[in-house]
Amino acid sequence: MSATEAAAIGLTHAGSENTGLGHRGPESKSIVVPYGFWLFVLSDIILFSALFATYASLVHATDGGPTSNELFDRTLVAVETGALLLSTFTCGLAMIAAKRANMLWTQVWLLVTGLFGFVFLVIEITEFAILIGEGAGPHRSAFLSAFFTLVGCHGAHVTAGLLWIGTMMAQIWTKGLQPSFVQRRLLCLSIFWHALDIIWVAIFTIVYLIGTLP
Amino acid sequence: MFGRLTWHSIPFDQPIPLITSLVVLLVIAAIAIWVWRNGWWPYLWHEYITSTDHKRIGVMYVVLALVMLVRGFADAIMMRAQQSLAIGASQGYLPPEHYDQIFSAHGTIMIFFMAMPFIIGLMNFVVPLQLGVRDVAFPTMNNVSFWLTASGALLVNLSLFIGEFARTGWLAFPPLSEKAFSPGVGVDYYLVALQIAGVGTVLTAVNFVTTILKIRAPGMSYMRMPVFCWTSLAANLLILAAFPVLTATYAMLMLDRYLGFHFFTNDGGGNSMLYMNLIWVWGHPEVYILALPAFGIYSEVAATFSGKPLFGYRSMVFATMAICIISFCVWLHHFFTMGAGADVNAIFGIASTIIAVPTGVKIFNWLFTMYGGRVRFTTPMYYLVGFMLTFAIGGLTGVLLAIPPVDFVVHNSMFLVAHFHNVIIGAVVFGVMAGYTYWFPKAFGFTLDERLGKIIFWCWFIGFYLAWFPEYALGFMGATRRLQHISDPTWKPYLDVAMVGAVIILAGIVLTVVQLIYSIRTRDRRLDLTGDPWDGRTLEWLTLSPPPHFNFAVLPDVHNEDAYWTRKLTAIREEKLIEEPKYEDIEMPLNTPVGVICAFFASVTGFAVIWYIWWLAILGLIGSFVAMVWYAWHDEHEHIIPAAEVAELERERRRVRAELLKTLTVPA
Repeated sequence: MSATEAAAIGLTHAGSENTGLGHRGPESKSIVVPYGFWLFVLSDIILFSALFATYASLVHATDGGPTSNELFDRTLVAVETGALLLSTFTCGLAMIAAKRANMLWTQVWLLVTGLFGFVFLVIEITEFAILIGEGAGPHRSAFLSAFFTLVGCHGAHVTAGLLWIGTMMAQIWTKGLQPSFVQRRLLCLSIFWHALDIIWVAIFTIVYLIGTLP
Repeated sequence: MFGRLTWHSIPFDQPIPLITSLVVLLVIAAIAIWVWRNGWWPYLWHEYITSTDHKRIGVMYVVLALVMLVRGFADAIMMRAQQSLAIGASQGYLPPEHYDQIFSAHGTIMIFFMAMPFIIGLMNFVVPLQLGVRDVAFPTMNNVSFWLTASGALLVNLSLFIGEFARTGWLAFPPLSEKAFSPGVGVDYYLVALQIAGVGTVLTAVNFVTTILKIRAPGMSYMRMPVFCWTSLAANLLILAAFPVLTATYAMLMLDRYLGFHFFTNDGGGNSMLYMNLIWVWGHPEVYILALPAFGIYSEVAATFSGKPLFGYRSMVFATMAICIISFCVWLHHFFTMGAGADVNAIFGIASTIIAVPTGVKIFNWLFTMYGGRVRFTTPMYYLVGFMLTFAIGGLTGVLLAIPPVDFVVHNSMFLVAHFHNVIIGAVVFGVMAGYTYWFPKAFGFTLDERLGKIIFWCWFIGFYLAWFPEYALGFMGATRRLQHISDPTWKPYLDVAMVGAVIILAGIVLTVVQLIYSIRTRDRRLDLTGDPWDGRTLEWLTLSPPPHFNFAVLPDVHNEDAYWTRKLTAIREEKLIEEPKYEDIEMPLNTPVGVICAFFASVTGFAVIWYIWWLAILGLIGSFVAMVWYAWHDEHEHIIPAAEVAELERERRRVRAELLKTLTVPA
């Protein structure tokens, strides 16, 4: 943080420069905002960890109903995962474009990110619909309750992310990329989107890969 | 159209909730009219309701907590009265379905809407001042957090008038809390209200962890932070790690109730013991979320009124962080009787007893802080000493309960209830009362009446022992908790003593209101003109009482622990204040109604979900989204306080301080 930047947001001290050991005073907003958002994302990951723990405890509580081996289709999930991983890549491209203040490419890559997210969501909803159609809905057993909740909670996060991407695109459209708050919000959005990827990798491994082991 | 909501939802046939609700509505209306006739609404709107100032938000939290203390205590004394009356042939005045709502509401309100807001309110007010900065990391979010908490409190209290509250205890254990056994709206009120308040609490934690780790005065390194900041950091880390589990757990119970899932049901492979594990993974850290900041308050009080630096600062910090971590390794001691086996129970029993070690370190640190000091026995010091006596006993009964074979005997007995009231009242309530008395002059510019303060302390202290020590004995005699009717008449003397204790505590609560009114009326006699009424040691006493909006004209440089104390000593030795710095413009966050608007829509959505009014729930969600987007489109979030205005205010402070300096000498 430069001294002028710190002064600009009113956080520096105007007194003596001799501050003793260690700490140099409040950090700038460009540090504080993503830091706070990271903490929020960590708390969100803990929420998921509770759902993962629940899933692990209930995975065999099928109540005589279908098991994970009988239900999950690896191919469909592979396509789904591909869509989400690609969206993370394009989200990174959007961030690079935003850093270079390139409005057109920022918007394009955000749109592509949103579209991949949308494809992911459509596949997930299709999978849910198929399962429910086979009589393997969340009411069937504790295992399926846990499955629909864990995966559905991730899906709800992706939906919120799509809403955020759309709102963000509108804000960039009206405000441009110059305001520092726009840049900070884009950074938070990308943290959020990448975190959803990390959680999906865990879901893919624990739910789908381990669940379809012979 | 209105889901489950009909005219029958209003308890016309139950005089107690009906009359109570009407009286409460009348009181609220009377206060609203009184405020309106005095023309105070614009002031309240601009200076409190929409304020992003951490000091104002802190005050609002404490007001909410005090109001909820009255509500929660009304439940408490009703339960005491019922148990004193309903013995043998008598059935008392509360039928079981009402009594069960009362003990559920009492626990829920006291923990979530009294203790939590009180602690968070004090943190809000004090932490930025102690860190020597101008506000928290996210001032607007701070306002949102408060209003979401208030929204939760509103919904819980609304259940008195519209519908009913849960009859499932303060943690709503399944399978009782499942739809099959609790089909009414009570559990839904409980779940929805706590989900909304829980979001507010998590946002508070994000805010305070960020503030303490990233926004501190120059030179305020970690090992120079006041202990209250350390304990606040620990508590907020605990919130950050524990509350999401609570959110997930309640979400699962809601899915069971609303959509027929099978997480905790008896059928479909559900497992109600899973709920016990999850809820206590939150629940035990919650104890320390409340207790650690209280320990921080005691540390500040002990150092200030002993006129000495805190004994063993470093060990205090390490003890705090040790408790922060170990508190996540003990949750199973809440249900040793689950039958997890001897090995599991032994591990959790040992972990639970280990927590007594860092806690013991703290007790000795406070004692040694007092030892050899020039102790001034003010009201906060009374609370400190009362706490050390009471909490030592509560801690010991806790260690007793941590031994699995003992726990099997007294599990869910009155002994357990006496234990946790012993620690919660002895540590948390005494702590927040000490903090309230200690920081009141900083917030309002005059001290509270000391004589009444000490009487209030004695009411709480004596009242607590009378109300809860008979319950320890009753627990050993076989009394289980939550009894609506007592079949053994030989217990009556114990219950009568407990009733007397509750009445004495009631006197303490009434006197708290009296003290507030009396102190306001006679404030001219006890004005704090210097900003340092207690001869304090930490940075909040450097600024005026009440502090200006920006707290510090120039962020103080920190060179060691007890930052303000060192500065004060230097000034006394050199017989002058530090040189006047150059003043600069200060940028402060603007007020915004976004918090109260979002909380309004959250309340609407919550109410709609409780009553299955789905169109209204969707409208509420859209409303909050629109409010957030509306806020996000603002270009200006800060306003400038010009350097000239800062200089004027600061020169006034310096003049006062120079006057004070003439009266001070270097302490022996």
